[in-house]
Amino acid sequence: METQTKDHTAEQQKKPAKKVTGSEALVMALLEEGVDTVFGYIGGAIMPVYDALYKYKAQIHHVMVRHEQGAVHAAQGMARITKKPGVCFTTSGPGATNLITGLADAMLDSTPLVCITGQVTSGLLGTDAFQETDVLGISIPVTKWNFQITRPDEIPEAIAKAFYYARSGRPGPVLLDITKDAQFGELEFNYEKVTNTISYVPYPKINQEKILAAAELINKSKKPLVLAGQGILLSEAQKEFRDFVEKAGIPVASTLLGLSAFPSNHPLFTGMLGMHGNYAPNINTNKCDLLIAIGMRFDDRVTGNLNTYAKQAKIIHIEIDRAEIDKNVKTDIAVNADAKQALNALLPHIRPATHTEWLESFNELAKFEFTKIIEKDCYLASGEIHMGEVIHQLSNKTKGEAVIVTDVGQHQMTTARYYQFNRTNTIVTSGGLGTMGFGLPASIGAKLGSPESMVIAVIGDGGFQMTIQELGTLAQLNLPVKIILLNNGFLGMVRQWQDMFFDKRYAYTELTNPDFIKIAEGFGIPGKKIRRREELSQALDDLLAFDGPSLLEIKVMKETNVLPMVPAGGTVSEMRLE
Amino acid sequence: MEKEFTLSIFTENKIGLLQRLSTIFTKRKINLDSFNASESEVKDVFRFTIVIKTTEDQVRKVTKQIEKQIGVLKAFYHEDHEIVHQEIALYKVPTHAMAHGSDVEKLIRKYNAHILTVEPEYIIIEKTGHKTETQELFEKLLPFGILQFVRSGRVAVTKQIKEITAYLKDLEEASRHSEKELLLLNL
Repeated sequence: METQTKDHTAEQQKKPAKKVTGSEALVMALLEEGVDTVFGYIGGAIMPVYDALYKYKAQIHHVMVRHEQGAVHAAQGMARITKKPGVCFTTSGPGATNLITGLADAMLDSTPLVCITGQVTSGLLGTDAFQETDVLGISIPVTKWNFQITRPDEIPEAIAKAFYYARSGRPGPVLLDITKDAQFGELEFNYEKVTNTISYVPYPKINQEKILAAAELINKSKKPLVLAGQGILLSEAQKEFRDFVEKAGIPVASTLLGLSAFPSNHPLFTGMLGMHGNYAPNINTNKCDLLIAIGMRFDDRVTGNLNTYAKQAKIIHIEIDRAEIDKNVKTDIAVNADAKQALNALLPHIRPATHTEWLESFNELAKFEFTKIIEKDCYLASGEIHMGEVIHQLSNKTKGEAVIVTDVGQHQMTTARYYQFNRTNTIVTSGGLGTMGFGLPASIGAKLGSPESMVIAVIGDGGFQMTIQELGTLAQLNLPVKIILLNNGFLGMVRQWQDMFFDKRYAYTELTNPDFIKIAEGFGIPGKKIRRREELSQALDDLLAFDGPSLLEIKVMKETNVLPMVPAGGTVSEMRLE
Repeated sequence: MEKEFTLSIFTENKIGLLQRLSTIFTKRKINLDSFNASESEVKDVFRFTIVIKTTEDQVRKVTKQIEKQIGVLKAFYHEDHEIVHQEIALYKVPTHAMAHGSDVEKLIRKYNAHILTVEPEYIIIEKTGHKTETQELFEKLLPFGILQFVRSGRVAVTKQIKEITAYLKDLEEASRHSEKELLLLNL
């Protein structure tokens, strides 16, 4: 069956084909897709591709990481900022398997990636040859699509499909495995972008009846609440989203990945949802009469116990992935569409409204949270430094306009809570998979993706040591990424759970840490360590002013908990304050 | 409540697709009771028929996850009354079983089975039907000694009127529409 439904007869005259090697074709295809940066690690089975990269040095910047996991996270960081597929190269076997964590992360967080792995010569497939791994089989559950190339002439179409699948619809990672003989062999290079294959419908047609029904519910609602997900950022619907909520006067709560889709300093912004989110949006989830979820998937970290989640409310779910609709939360009206297109369709039917009293209820709850929690995290006068105040100061000093990359754990939740994301598309964090070690390499990708932005990596002492080798990459690139290491000498989030749910039995969460400053200096990256509040402001100023990669290690309180908290499987409206 | 569902999955003929489908079940710890794959009435469109026991809520979600996979054209789930289904069973019994009176012959007649081959040592009996029917014959033949028994996966056609060719037309239209939207989004 013809997999492309596109009419090829109208094609313009074919350019005269040029005979090139598979490797060169691969690089030429990347150029056709507008790729200018790739992350990777060379090895035996991908050497011909690297030989071609050598020839195209001027057009493609290859970043040599220190571990393949670093390559995939860096590609993710770049993809999250640019909204274009991040590209990485690795060799076969261990090179390929080292990508798996990043693929799984990108799969859960809908990050577009094109990963290209070398493979043993096709004649050796299935013989347990040196560095042979069934990467196609291994990567199936963690890729949106994957494909093994065994003939050079398959390369152009495979690359075109890879980019099409990675970026369109609900984005995700794709993997191409390319045998060494396909890299060496020759083909006539012709490139045509793929925009349509029959078994894939990335942009479902909007059902106008659903739009009208949704508008009616919205117009009737007295206490509506919008849940903003990453889908808004992915479909670049920030403006449409803002127009919609401003017109309808609806308070906005954000998922972790939805942060920065809507400015944190907007009067309608009420904070983050979920386990370590803000008090008001969680409490009011169970008080609203209408939930409008846009580009989000009702993750368990957002909903807590589904049996007690927003049972009083009607639910509208705008979501591009049909399989996410009615998966966790049953909807009253589901609009299966791209967020931007759905919002454009919805807006004309929305009646202007304000919900003053309802909004006030958020403010009241926010005040309560401020007194109970925020004040104690961010406005301390004595004692050790709290990670909350670091982020609070950082947010003020950067006016909430820096690109913030985090690792995973307490510092991540604290950053999500206390950084004011006033500029759009400025958070890069591992949400669904919660991948420790994500932060440092992702910050390299984020900085390369947005060189004009200030990029700050906030990392904990646990996660830092999982991919610390990427300091080498950072130093080699001499990229001005600012690393803030919040060191509490613990795997803090796990310790928090041990404190709250395991009677303080701190099993293997305390760390004997190395001298991080010496390590950074060993890589040629200047570092400074502080432990006193009086030093904090100046140290942050120095870090922000420094032009080059640098590390600021801040010794923070050893045993603090990120609060409020909805315990796993708990009810969102019953957030624990201690 | 768990029930038996038959999934009919129409796909392109691509390497790795079977594994992609199977991981969807593995991830949710769903065992496959029966599995069959063959080319459908449309050239190069393959049809998987899978039988699972699960809840309707779960089968609905699983079907959506399957249909979402690139390479899958359409996926449906049905209860038994919505389909016509068959399985084929082969029974290898010793030839001397036929020698003792006409009991085996009676069974073959009664169960509408037939003999495929007769060899000096064994005969091969074939029966198509629902699993309960082929199982019943198996149990009846057991006293005569069964040397080998094998049952195929379920094959099923749906009673619904809309056929896959019509769905493929819809799909073609949907992907053309989608292409227009893609170009509008200018990614």
